[in-house]
This record gives sequence, structure tokens and C-alpha cells, in this order.
Amino acid sequence: MQKSLHIDPNKCTGCLQCEMACAWENHRSFTIAKSRIKVFTFHHEGRFVPYTCTQCDEAWCMTACPVDAIRLDPVTGAKIVLEPTCVGCKVCTIACPFGTINYVASSGKVQKCDLCGGEPACAKACPTGAITYVDADWTGLGRMRQWAGKTDTNPATV
Amino acid sequence: MAWTKNVLRVNLEAGTCTTEPLNLQWAQDYLGQRGLATKYLVSEIDPKIDPFSPKNKLIFVTGPLTGTMAATGGRYSVVTKGPLTGAIACSNSGGYFGAEMKFAGWDMVIFEGASPKPVYLLINDGKAELVDASHLWGKTVWETEEIIKTQHQDPQIRVASIGRAGENRVLYAAIVNDLHRAAGRSGVGAVMGSKNLKAVAVRGTRTDAYHLADPEAFFAATEAGKKVLAANGVTGQGLPTYGTQVLMNVINELGALPTRNHRDVQFEGAHDISGEAMHEKRPTDGKANLVTNGACFGCTIACGRISRMDPGHFSVKDKPQYHGASGGVEYEAAWALGAANGVNDLEALTYANFLCNEDGFDPITFGATVGAAMELYEMGVLTEKEVGFKLPFGSTEAMVKLAELTAKGEGFGKIMGLGSKRLCTKYGHPELSMTVKSQEFPAYDGRALQGMGLAYATNNRGACHLRGYMVSPEVLGIPVKMEPQATEGKPAMLKAFQDLTAVVDSAGICLFTTFAWGLSDIQPQIQAACEGDWSEERLLLVGERIWNLEREFNLAAGFTAKDDNLPPRLMKEPAKTGPQKGAVSKLGVMLPEYYQLRGWTPEGVPTTETRKRLGV
Repeated sequence: MQKSLHIDPNKCTGCLQCEMACAWENHRSFTIAKSRIKVFTFHHEGRFVPYTCTQCDEAWCMTACPVDAIRLDPVTGAKIVLEPTCVGCKVCTIACPFGTINYVASSGKVQKCDLCGGEPACAKACPTGAITYVDADWTGLGRMRQWAGKTDTNPATV
Repeated sequence: MAWTKNVLRVNLEAGTCTTEPLNLQWAQDYLGQRGLATKYLVSEIDPKIDPFSPKNKLIFVTGPLTGTMAATGGRYSVVTKGPLTGAIACSNSGGYFGAEMKFAGWDMVIFEGASPKPVYLLINDGKAELVDASHLWGKTVWETEEIIKTQHQDPQIRVASIGRAGENRVLYAAIVNDLHRAAGRSGVGAVMGSKNLKAVAVRGTRTDAYHLADPEAFFAATEAGKKVLAANGVTGQGLPTYGTQVLMNVINELGALPTRNHRDVQFEGAHDISGEAMHEKRPTDGKANLVTNGACFGCTIACGRISRMDPGHFSVKDKPQYHGASGGVEYEAAWALGAANGVNDLEALTYANFLCNEDGFDPITFGATVGAAMELYEMGVLTEKEVGFKLPFGSTEAMVKLAELTAKGEGFGKIMGLGSKRLCTKYGHPELSMTVKSQEFPAYDGRALQGMGLAYATNNRGACHLRGYMVSPEVLGIPVKMEPQATEGKPAMLKAFQDLTAVVDSAGICLFTTFAWGLSDIQPQIQAACEGDWSEERLLLVGERIWNLEREFNLAAGFTAKDDNLPPRLMKEPAKTGPQKGAVSKLGVMLPEYYQLRGWTPEGVPTTETRKRLGV
């Protein structure tokens, strides 16, 4: 079964534990500037929204890369950056419609979410369940359940 | 180790920024944040100076757990000599600013002198510079943060700034970061204003800023800590759902909710301004005041309130800038802006709270000062002519108007900016100021809760609830239940709380963790982050050392045992209603025992032996 990150912004409190976990996983540092997942605060709407790569099937970053530095991990479905191959040309950062692949000046390479090889640190760190790692075919399951619960199977007797 | 070991020293007069190594011996003795900056301040300034003198210093400081995955590891403090009290001031804030400072590579920024013209400090990792802020002077906190981010084309910059209140030296001006988190009390923002320092803007991207002593042990300890917070009723349920506002109805029912300048101990409008009410749909627009809860950096509790006002409310009807969501009322603010002056309009409280955030002033002291002004008005001492409008207890319009005037520094707002002690003294009734060391009480009556009364009287930064939260044993039964009116065992419990709190405030984590965490939960996290042996015994000794160092500063500044006191109202006027009816403070019973437990003379001075034992 393939799994994918599932994000429910309504549960996010903006604590940034996910960003720290990601930075630690990849840079051995809690410095969130290095995180591959970002939580956006929409202050006047009172919303916090975690956002990262959704691992497109037809990944434009992968297609655009001139040196084949972005490959498919067949186990997780993640599109991963092969650092030794990456030449830091940044064409992928232009190709990605969602901005979720970015250049890292200190390494001269790009970075993006690689699902931590199948155990995403962000999901593990999230204290509210806003980020989960679930069956890729059933990311809608929770919401379906929510609506299913509202189905009136026992009409009022009035 | 979890310190960056770098201190940034900013001379505002000369306009220079220099780097110096952290005094590691002091880090071992005082841990970080509150303790460490206090040590620096005490070593560098004369305690007798005028807080607004360029000789005063202003220190922004993080702790070893700031900017780590330890739950709530995002705190920073601002330490200076406070203008409201003349005592040591240390105000703690959350949000995202503190962690960013750490990621930029700084444990501490020490501001000295005063700038000849308005400036802000811009920190970009190791690079720090003072930038002209003449275009920001006169702007609010909200405007300042937006302008700085736009100007530098970097939305990820974190900003801590003062609003007009800080510029106007409102004696309880705050420093506000991330729009609505504040180093709120004792007027640290006014000191910043006196130095012509408008803001500190930080971007931190270093991955080598600091190192954990033992990463594996750190993750084990912090994950265990998070589980404890999640499983606890207060930190796992009450605080996320209702915020600190979970207390409003509880404290009111217990007869410990100071009302109308402490004339009463119960407020008939308590429910209207409670955490529960924030969840209820308004009849006007069918929406709840509360939009969601929000967390500070690294916080797995998430007690913050994010509120949206009724756009039709009289206070904001034609002001669309207040129609969006922003920081809503916490318990202390709701009490001060509401019960303390008899106002029960939650929307008006939310608006006044927005103003406190927007222009940077402490809602506790402000609201309590409104209560004092209303009492003076009802006595006929303060007149409509002087204020410009009627000022009876319970007047929503008057409270709102005073908030606006204080924010702008106009009209009677200038007098309000002095706080209740100076206001009441000016009108011949200093006894009506509900303060200790000129700082206003927060939201618990010191008669109704005897331990809180003692906590207020002995607090090094004047009346406040954050240095020895006796509400825990007296109301919540944490760690043990103590009857509100009992005095036995309270001096000892308070001392333990004060010392533990000093450790928590020096570590970089939030005091609210202690609803669930004991020292045995905190110690392994500090131990894994910091090099050296940090046993529980040693940590408590560090806490005691910090408490005594603050005390020594105050004694040198001119405070004496006479200042460890409560206003006559709490000592002589019995609580009128509720379960604590008839209560007055029994401070006289507890204080001598407290001094003794502290190893102080009957005059409240640490003995030579105590000084030697603590190395203070």
C-alpha cells in the first residue's frame, strides 16, 4: 500500500514542531529555515496551514531536471533529489507549480520532501493530528466519515 | 551545548554592534534567560539609576531550550530595571521571535545607552546592524512589523517592537512580537522607547548555532514530556479548549475574582467574559468570538486565543482594520479589562485587547488602572471635566475610550499611562491603588487566596501571578490541595514554587507546562540539552540563587521589607461574598516564616550565610 501525507489545516495550531522535525531529519538542526514543510499563518483569518510537496504522479520537477537528479522512490512514491547528481540549476524550482522544491544556498543543491523514506518526521512530530501519513488511496476517508456521521438514518418522528 | 555562546552587545549611543563570548561560568550558575540576563544586568548597572537613564540596559535573552523541540521551547525574556516599579523587570514572551534569535546564533542581545535618533536592530544570522527608524516612529506594532518585512522583502523575518505606548513611555508599555505575543509587564517597552529603539528584527538560518549535548537522550526526554502534557487534564484539554480563560468561572465561583478595583470578590458578569462565552454564538451575527486556538513556537499545549470581533460592535463599526482575527483575550486580560472595572462586554474587551497588542501596553495594569480611576470617579475625586467623559464602574464606553486615549497618548490617556499608583497618589488616595511595588495585581484576590497574597507581597517584580503561582495548590490542587484560607505550609510551598519558576523561566520553556510537569519531567530535558551535571537539587539551587540575586538588586535599589506588603484594602476590608466571605489577608502570619525559610533576616535581607551558600 502506498501512503501519502495528509494535511488537515483545521487541526493545525502553528506550533512548528513539524518544521523542526523536518529540519532535524535532514540537517541535524532545529533551524526551521531549513525545513521542507512550511506552516503558513493567515493571521486575519485565524488559520494555520502546513504545506509541502504532494508528490505529483507526473512530477514537473522531475521532468524538468536536465541531469536526472530527481528520481521516483518506487516504495514510497516520493520524488527524491539525488544530491550528488544535482547541479543546483534550479530549473525544477521554476517548473514546480506549488513552490515546494527549493534551493539551499549552503549546499548548492535543491531540496524537497522525500517522505523520510516512508516514515515522515513531520507527521510523527505533529501533536494535533494535523499532519498524518495515510493510505494514499484514502486521503478522503476522514472527511467522508465526518459527513457520513451527519447522515440522518433515523428521521425525527414529528 | 544548548547555548550559542554568543552575546551581541549593541551600543545605541555609538551605533555599534559587537560580539562577545557568553560568560559560561554564569551560564552554569544561572542556566539562561531570566537568571542569566539578571546576572548580566546586576553586574553591569547601578541599581539606583533612573530606569529611563541611558545607563539602564535592556537585555533580550533566550534559554538553552529555546529553539528546540522541547514542548514550549520558544520563550525569550526582556530584562531591565523597570520604570513602573523601579525594581528588576523581567518579562517573558512566546510567539516565534525567541527561537529565531537562537537560530541566528544569539543567546542574548544587550542594549546599552540611548540612540540619538529612532533606530531598529536588524539581525541576519551573524550580521547585526542598526537601521534608521525615523519612518517607523509613531507607527503601531502592527504597522511596524509589516513595514519591516516589506522593506526587506522577507516575510520570514520575526519582529519584536514597541508601539506608540512604548514611544510615549507609558509606564507599563510592552514589547510585542509576532503581532500579539508580548513581554507584557513592568514597562519593558517604555525602556525600549527611552532608548529610541523601535524594533528588533531577526532572521536566523544557521544550522550550527548550537548543539545538543545528547540528542538521543534529548528526544527521549522531550517526547516523554509531550506525552505528559497531552495526558494532563489542564494542558491536554482545558487550556487548548478554553485557554487560560478556563479559569474565569472557576475563580469567580470560588470568590477570588477581584471586581471593581477589589471592592468585590465576585463579578456578576463573569460568565459573559469567560472562556465558555468565547465559544458561544453571538446573537448579533451568529458567530463565536473565538476562531481557533493557536500555539507559540514548539508548544504542544496551544492555549492561545485567536478571536474575531463582531464587525457591527460599536467600538469597531467603522474600523475595518479590527474586523480580522487576531490575538483574543486571555484570562488575565479578560479579568483586567472586564471584572476589574465592572465591564461585561466580551466584544469591547476583545477590542481593548487588540489595542493593547497594537500599540504595546499591558492589559493587566491598564485594566486595573481603569478600575482605580472609576473608583476615584465614583468617590467624586476625579471629575468628568478632568477625564472628558463620565467614568462610572461598568461603563463599556469609558473603558474603550480610555484604551484608545492610552494607546495614542492623548488627553486623559497620558495620566492613565502612569498606572494606578501614580494616578491614585495624584488624586490623594494612594491606598486605592491595588498594587505591590507599584505594579497592579492580576486576576486573583490576595485575600481570598492567602498564598497568592504572600506571592504578590514577596514578588521581586511587583504584583504578578507568574513568579509563584499559588493558584495551583489553592484552586487546582497541584501538586497538592491547600485550602484557600489556610496559612500553614504556604510559605514553604511558595518558596518551592518561586525557585522552580525561576528555573522554568531560565530554561526557555513556558511556565504553563508546570500544570503537568514537575521538576522530574523538566530536569532530563535540560540535562540532555546542556553540558554538565544538572541534577534536580542543582536546578533548585539555581532557582534559589536567581530569586536571591533579584532580591539583592531590589534591596540595593532602595526597597525594604516595608515594600513586601499588600494594600490596606486586602489587609482590612473583608471579602464581601462567596466562599471566602469575611477573609482578609493574613500576610503578617506568613511573612516572617517566609523570610526565615529563605534564610533572610527579619528585615528581609539575605544573611551572610545565605549569600555564601548561594554565591550571590
